[in-house]
Amino acid sequence: MKLNRDRITALLMLLPSLILLGIFVYGFIGQTAYTSLTDWGRDPAQALALHPEIRFTGFETYKELFTGLIDVRFRQDLVNTFFFTLFFIAGCLGLGLGLAILLDQNIVGEGIFRTIFLFPMALSFIVTGTVWRWLLQPRGGINVLPTLVGLEPLEFRWLTSRRQILQFNWQDLPFFTGLLIAIILLWFMVTAIRKSKWRRVGVAGFSFLLVTVWTFTGARQVELLPYPEIHGFNLAFMGIILAAVWQMSGYTMALYLAGLRGVSEGLREAARVDGASEWQVYRLVILPLVQPITLSAMIILGHISLKIFDLIFAMAGADNATTDVPALLMYLTTFRANQFAKGAAIAMVLLIMVAAVIIPYLWSSLRSEVKQ
Amino acid sequence: MTATRRPYKRWHWLVYLLLVIASVFFLIPAYLVIITSLKEPASINLSTTWQLPERWYWQSFAEAWTAFAPKLRNSFTLTFFATIISALMGSMNGYVLSKWRFRGANIVFPIMLFGMFIPYQSILIPLFQFMRSIGLYGSIAGLILTHVVYGLPITTLIFRNYYAEIPDEMLDAGKIDGAGFFGLYSRVLFPLSLPGFVVVIIWQFTQIWNEFLFAVTLTRTDSQPITVALAQLAGGEAVKWNLPMAGAILAALPTLLVYILLGRFFIRGLLAGSVKG
Repeated sequence: MKLNRDRITALLMLLPSLILLGIFVYGFIGQTAYTSLTDWGRDPAQALALHPEIRFTGFETYKELFTGLIDVRFRQDLVNTFFFTLFFIAGCLGLGLGLAILLDQNIVGEGIFRTIFLFPMALSFIVTGTVWRWLLQPRGGINVLPTLVGLEPLEFRWLTSRRQILQFNWQDLPFFTGLLIAIILLWFMVTAIRKSKWRRVGVAGFSFLLVTVWTFTGARQVELLPYPEIHGFNLAFMGIILAAVWQMSGYTMALYLAGLRGVSEGLREAARVDGASEWQVYRLVILPLVQPITLSAMIILGHISLKIFDLIFAMAGADNATTDVPALLMYLTTFRANQFAKGAAIAMVLLIMVAAVIIPYLWSSLRSEVKQ
Repeated sequence: MTATRRPYKRWHWLVYLLLVIASVFFLIPAYLVIITSLKEPASINLSTTWQLPERWYWQSFAEAWTAFAPKLRNSFTLTFFATIISALMGSMNGYVLSKWRFRGANIVFPIMLFGMFIPYQSILIPLFQFMRSIGLYGSIAGLILTHVVYGLPITTLIFRNYYAEIPDEMLDAGKIDGAGFFGLYSRVLFPLSLPGFVVVIIWQFTQIWNEFLFAVTLTRTDSQPITVALAQLAGGEAVKWNLPMAGAILAALPTLLVYILLGRFFIRGLLAGSVKG
């Protein structure tokens, strides 16, 4: 029966961690969720009262965030996060894969190059932000680089530019969301057709039709705002994307390099014997094999970029309106303006976005582990 | 393996050229930080940003050191205790989850793991209130507790995967000798854990040293770690850039040294963060 007592000991040793995480993660999330459904902090006097009288208001705060007049900043922040995530992931994947392929060419000094590409990963986002803030000064740094070769200096105001491109009307959001979902479903359908999984083709195809019909009919009827509200990609984010890619692309490089090293030399040689050029070896043999890495990298980078906070805080400051994101807005709303309910609601939106990316990933990667 | 790989000589110069260009991109900020930190404040001028200093000026480092020494000490205290405690707890958790698998472990583990992905904003308000109510708000101890708890998922993950590689037969031998739960850990597993501890300690050290959100919400001026102090110094408007740059170097040096000296383990921690490793 000794074994049994050991089993109990094992559980007891795990218990402190479970309790701590239970409280600090799930208990606290629950409390934040509850706070977001109240009116705590709507009135400044109540926010700072020792025993504030807090009323339950349901989803009122959320409704305000997405459709209320004063919360236009939150909506632009969501748009900012969307574009930031898009370009940040594209940059990291492109540069990371490129560097990994270059390093895979059996070159001299690989270790040195790898060290150079990865060292920003060891730095704090605060250090990176401080440094890039200096590099992106409007009348210095990168902007004066062209003068070194006798050209005119650049005039771009990296962190404070008010220019916005790729603009759209918030009222059209249901339409664009529907369109996006329809495209994803279509893509599911096409991959299912290729794999001849007909049941999946049916489900995806039917959902695709349904969403498409709704997008072009129902979505037009949904009225989020009584007036048009323009949002778009703030060009002031380009500098932040640049710094973030500088910091994180080494990570994707490391992921890809580990994957490329896993492709056996025999397989490459076999493809070459079959007459494939080096380019074809990569395109047809190696890249399909590292496809799963692209997905993991997208998820890891995606959740980092949804949460990005320190980098922007250090580069542009917490109050710079053109480079705001929900993670920063939550901090300002909660700890500077004492609007706790609204801060909690922003945090919950952030959590839901991250969970939508992470939970399927955890689920599938742990399930495949069990299968092995 | 190197011998069998066919070098494609014709394109090699292009590969090297691209690698050098990429290296320049990665090193440019480092160059700029170093030269700016060594310039006299009066000679720092946006139009001469890229030029080497006319004369090496070390005073900025002395100034930055005076301003940052207490913050660096805070960071060291915080990082040291939080790293050690979360590593030890993670090792124990990893041992239980890999060698004493119980029913429901497959559910418990991902539930623990989820804690490392959440945006910490979603727990920040209750955490802030909690720290205030137990009197740890504004103290380094409170920050240590926070980092230990939110570090548990990743340390548990790394140790669990690390111990999973150690064959169960080695434990069976110990069991026959009559070793119990703690005996097996201390005599069989722990002596084999050194590489696992190195990976976890380096990872936690880097993460906690570099962390900002908890630090900025939970500390007061006297308990600030270096990241908060640096952000404040550089965030001021009328700032001379030599000082923040010297400060950035001081803040970056510990993790950078670890990376350069123990890079192999650092990368392993990095890859472990993508769950499957």
